This record gives sequence, C-alpha cells and structure tokens, in this order.
Amino acid sequence: MSETKLMRTSLYAGGTSPAKMIQAGFYNEDCIVYDLEDSVFGEEKDSARFLVYNAVKYQRPKGKYVLIRVNGIYSQHLEEDLNAAVRARPDAIRIPKVEYASEVKRIDEAITAIEKAASLPVGGIQLWCNIESYLGVLNAREIAQASPRVAAMALGAEDFTASMGAQRTKAGWEIFYARNAILMACREAGISAQDAVFSDLNDEEGLRQDLEMTRALGFDGKTCVHPRQIDTVNGCFTPSEKEIRNAARVIAALEQAAREHTGVCVLDGSMVDKPMELRARATLAKAEAAGIKMWRKI
Amino acid sequence: MELKKPAVAGTLESSDIQITLQPNPNGGIRIYLQSDVKALFGDAIEQTVREVLNEFGVANALVNIVDKGALDFVIRARMQCAVCRAAEIQYNWEKEGPHE
Repeated sequence: MSETKLMRTSLYAGGTSPAKMIQAGFYNEDCIVYDLEDSVFGEEKDSARFLVYNAVKYQRPKGKYVLIRVNGIYSQHLEEDLNAAVRARPDAIRIPKVEYASEVKRIDEAITAIEKAASLPVGGIQLWCNIESYLGVLNAREIAQASPRVAAMALGAEDFTASMGAQRTKAGWEIFYARNAILMACREAGISAQDAVFSDLNDEEGLRQDLEMTRALGFDGKTCVHPRQIDTVNGCFTPSEKEIRNAARVIAALEQAAREHTGVCVLDGSMVDKPMELRARATLAKAEAAGIKMWRKI
Repeated sequence: MELKKPAVAGTLESSDIQITLQPNPNGGIRIYLQSDVKALFGDAIEQTVREVLNEFGVANALVNIVDKGALDFVIRARMQCAVCRAAEIQYNWEKEGPHE
C-alpha cells in the first residue's frame, strides 16, 4: 500500500448478502470491509466465510483497499476465518475488540504461519485493530506498535461506552478521551487513525457536526455504516479548494526562500514555520491522493 | 467424498443462489436448475456446480438449484458451503493455493 493511499471512508458489507457485497464495490468509499463478525448470525458463519473468500479472490473491486473483518480473538471461528481471509489476500484483516498487544502478536504469528503454508509473501497483509473497550484504549500505544502489520486503529464507540458504563450521546464527550488516546497512539506509531461510526443514518446534520470533531482532532478517516454517509465523510477528509491554494502558496514561498537563500520565509506578513510546512504538505498529499491535481498549476 | 445428509446453502434473494444438496441413492450427479437466465447461463452454472463437486470428490449427489442471478463466485461459495454441510466436514483451506 502506498503512503498516500486514501483511507477516508471504510464501508462495511455484511458477508451474508451477495447483492450488498457486489453493490458496495460501486460506491465511493476508499476501503471496503467484508464482514464475518457482527452482521453474520452464528449458523451462517461458514456460509459467509465461503462467500467473502470467493468475493475477495474472484470479484475484488478495483481501486479499493479491501479488508476482511474476522470474528473476535477468543471466538471459535477465528482460526478458520484467518485461514480463509489470508488465502483470499485482502489488503488488511480487521480485528475486532482488541485489548492487548499480546493479542495482536498472536494474530500476527497465526497469519505468518498461514502465509508460509500457502507460499504467500510473509507480511503482505496488514492489520486494522478495532479498539472497543476501556482496556483497549488504555493499551492503545502498545497495540499500535505490537506488529509491523498494524496499519490502522479504529475506535468502536458503542462497545467502548458500554464498557465504561457511559451513555452514548451525539455530542460525543463520552468518547472524547478515547478518540484522543487512540489518535496519539496512531501518530506515535505512524499509522492511520480511524474514527468511530455515526450510527443515526437519518441525521445528516448530526453526521456533519460529528465530522467537524473528527477532522478537527486529526483523524484520517471514519467508518460508515451505510452508503449514504460516504460522500459526506469523503468530503470532510478532502481538502477544499481554498485549503489547497493556501497550502500551495506556503510551499511555493518556501521554495522561493530556498532559491534566494533568504533564510527566513515570510508569507502575507507571517513567518512560515515547520508546522505550517508540514500541514501544507499533508494537505497537498491528501488532495493528490483524492485525485485533485489543480495545486500543481497554482 | 460421501454426502451424509441433505443440506441447504444460500438464499432466494436477488443475486444469490439457493442450493439444496442430498445423497443420490441411485448414484451419479443429477442437477435440477431453476433460473430466469437458464437459457443463457444454465450451462455455465451447471459447469461451476460440477467443478466444485469434482474438487470435493463427490460422485453421488442430487443438486436442486434455484438461481436468482448469482455471479460465479456466489455459486462457487454456496456450493462449497452446501457440500461441507452435507458431508459434515470442515473445509480444508490448505488446498487453496496462492493465486495471482
């Protein structure tokens, strides 16, 4: 996976419905998550596993980052889920309810053993860890660095608030600390930070307000529970034209200062410092990853 | 491989396929297919069904299929599931080799 690969939106597609799995490939989400866990009843786990395996192997949507969410670490289904998922070769396997780094290491070892048995390149499959309890949040730093496979962590807000005995609200103050703890752990490890879902499908304004917090805090993406959320969430993580122009001006000013050996770079009467440069470069990288090329011409 | 009991996999939803598999006391493979696209894709559906039966080494089976416009990967998945359920076995994932 390239570093500029977009992970703004990930959409769950339940592993029981061929129609939903096929349709999911036609929406604008960056990442598609074929689910074997919560959306699949116990007696259909085998059926979903075959369906997801064959979908990823033979009907993989082009241009998307493909994940398979397996059943939980202590589930009786995990071993077979991993055997199928690794052989299907998604970009990543999403692990629910991670609480300890040792759990990630165990999964890493299991994946490595399957890769070797199947003559697949070792380390080619990444891990996304869902953090869904206070223990997971408390151990987020260790989890993020538990394996080089870990490419992202995502907050599962509903289970997290249940573990805390807290109430889930639209304002989201009950997950404010968890969001920041996970974000800082992701930044420390240099991996993607994925925000919790916004569950009310009918509250478009609520989603926008929630996204303001998501973006202001610094998340890289958000999980969607319904296709109708995708374009709104993508928009939140795609730099606006004004932001792109400003970023391009910052970089142009820095390049001019370097050419003229002025030492200090000044733009619109303000000194351009390192944080400004980093933000500008991040904005342009996001714009480029989103397919926006206009900044090159500015 | 011997089928031990009747088993069903899949649903009657659009883009899916429901496959009912049972032992054939008279021996051999008998396939009964219902599909709106039977004239166009009946042969292809039957070929995938036979391929999966062959991969499992199933020589005696009655296969009832109700197709709702399933793509090939869905047919393959539902067949694999139906065989495992009817034969009461766990799938051997090790036989799935690497692919391009």
